[in-house]
Amino acid sequence: MTATTVQPGQIAEGGAIRRMRGWMANPWGQTRFLWVFAWLFAIWSIVPVALAIMFSFNAGRSRSTWQGFSTRWYWSDPRSVVNDESLLAALGQSLRLAAITMLIATPIGVALAIGLARWRGRGAKPAAFLMTLPLVTPEIVMGVSLFLVFGYLYDFIPFGTPAQALGHITFTISFVVIIVRGRLFAIGRDYEEAAMDLGASQWGAIRRVLLPMLSPAIFASLAIAFALSIDDFVISMFLTSDASSMTVPVKLYSAIRNAPPPSLNALASIMLAVTVLAVSVATIVMKRGKKRTGEGGSAMETLVQMEI
Amino acid sequence: MPSNLAGAETEAVGQRRGVWQGMAAPGLGWLVLLFLVPFYAILATGMGGRDPIFNQVQPAWNPLDWNPQAFIDVAKELFGGYLGPTAVRTIAYVFIACLLCILIGYPMAYLVSRKAGRWKGLLLLIIIAPFWINYLMRMMAWVNLLSPDGQINKIIGFFGVPPVDWLAGNHFVVIMGLVYGYIPFFILPLFAALDRIDNQVLEAARDMGASPAQTFWRVTVPLSKQGILAGLVIIALPMFGDYYTPNLLSGSPRTRMIGNDIDQLLNATASGTGQGAALTIYLMLFVGVLMIYYLVNVSRAAKEARR
Repeated sequence: MTATTVQPGQIAEGGAIRRMRGWMANPWGQTRFLWVFAWLFAIWSIVPVALAIMFSFNAGRSRSTWQGFSTRWYWSDPRSVVNDESLLAALGQSLRLAAITMLIATPIGVALAIGLARWRGRGAKPAAFLMTLPLVTPEIVMGVSLFLVFGYLYDFIPFGTPAQALGHITFTISFVVIIVRGRLFAIGRDYEEAAMDLGASQWGAIRRVLLPMLSPAIFASLAIAFALSIDDFVISMFLTSDASSMTVPVKLYSAIRNAPPPSLNALASIMLAVTVLAVSVATIVMKRGKKRTGEGGSAMETLVQMEI
Repeated sequence: MPSNLAGAETEAVGQRRGVWQGMAAPGLGWLVLLFLVPFYAILATGMGGRDPIFNQVQPAWNPLDWNPQAFIDVAKELFGGYLGPTAVRTIAYVFIACLLCILIGYPMAYLVSRKAGRWKGLLLLIIIAPFWINYLMRMMAWVNLLSPDGQINKIIGFFGVPPVDWLAGNHFVVIMGLVYGYIPFFILPLFAALDRIDNQVLEAARDMGASPAQTFWRVTVPLSKQGILAGLVIIALPMFGDYYTPNLLSGSPRTRMIGNDIDQLLNATASGTGQGAALTIYLMLFVGVLMIYYLVNVSRAAKEARR
């Protein structure tokens, strides 16, 4: 826009131009533009996945032409999730790994979080640093490293479920520490010290005061560990042995480009339902735990913080 | 205060008896055995020799046996060989995708955190929802849309445009896929940073005569800089190692990224394992700067939380 064309009052449509000018000076002042943008973003973000879920209920074999509602791709069709053994096996493998990861990573992570939060002196800083490393290591690097170590050094551990479970636990531990650490800082040490003043032993104070107070965070950790494991693709992919150890994401990866029937959409939708369930449980438990201790801030905020 | 004294005493007892070290030990041992040692395995494999009979790589666990041949070979391929264009393409893709994430993500985070009013909850849910949807499922959704008989081709066909084969080496599609896949991870930390800005700071700027534009560019943006940088690091790290997005949305050599080469070297050929390991180390060194920046930031945030 050149200066000569926008002399104020010179042009009949001065109002529109002034508005345009005002917008150029402060693009975020006029939120109308932002709102259009936001709803376009929402459509772009949600509609593709919503369509993928919708077509898992398609009556026909197409994944782009709607032929009526049906649940055949979930259980009645010979290639449905329930009847196609490879899909069912993938679902089973995902759930199995998630359960193992949740049950092993949570206790290890909780203990590590308590230890790191209280331990002072030499060794504490490098230990804390080691804990944060898995959070920032690109997944492909972690995948390659585990692939090589199980292939050449720990070759007594077979690829498939054992290697995959060990890999999942490894990247999950640090997330558990982050969740529990937030709660530890919020609790402080007063309760534990009061218990010890009243005669509790160190272990007694941890077991009977600290752990019960941490229970919302522990519960949330279980759910998040479950969700992280079920969501993982790269590590599972690098450590699969054969078709029997394919998880749902690995199965999706190998089938997406081969014109699969809508049962693949059904499989993904089931996974999504399981993940939403796990995360909802975590959110509700964290919210309730906070209410009880009267802390500020929403559970959503904690989840937001956790992702960082 | 007496309780503080007692607290210090109990803490000291705990330190002396090694209670805290004991609690940290299983987790630390796990990370040493299954994070540090595997990481060393990449180095040992890259520095390893070849089994002359089976032509398989033999990791050199002892640094005295190291043989940097694979590193030299990969470096030659990176600078002037077949890996060069892939590396440049990877950097270009990540750069463009990050730029698009800022252009799309900043207005979105800004709106949700500061202007959304009663819609805030719903928009926040829309931003967070992708975290719960598996990455592969989100890519599958786009493969469905962009397939030859998919909805996109149906829509453009309605306007008389012949169908396009989107999923065969289209740069735009792969970059769009990267943005779609990673933008939630950019928006969320940025949202947190913008949400933390105190309204009084912005009001103070206005009271002192700043126009809305000046307030935005000179107060809001600088205050959210940490969030932008954190978000960029979070999305750039996995993008540099991504191989599944270009594989699913294109599969063509025209859109190969460096992750595809690592994946292929490791999985497809036994003799390429050493080179794959060397390439992984190079990638790691390249993104190391980002990782260190991020770690410094995280430890600063942890210190603030403790205060």
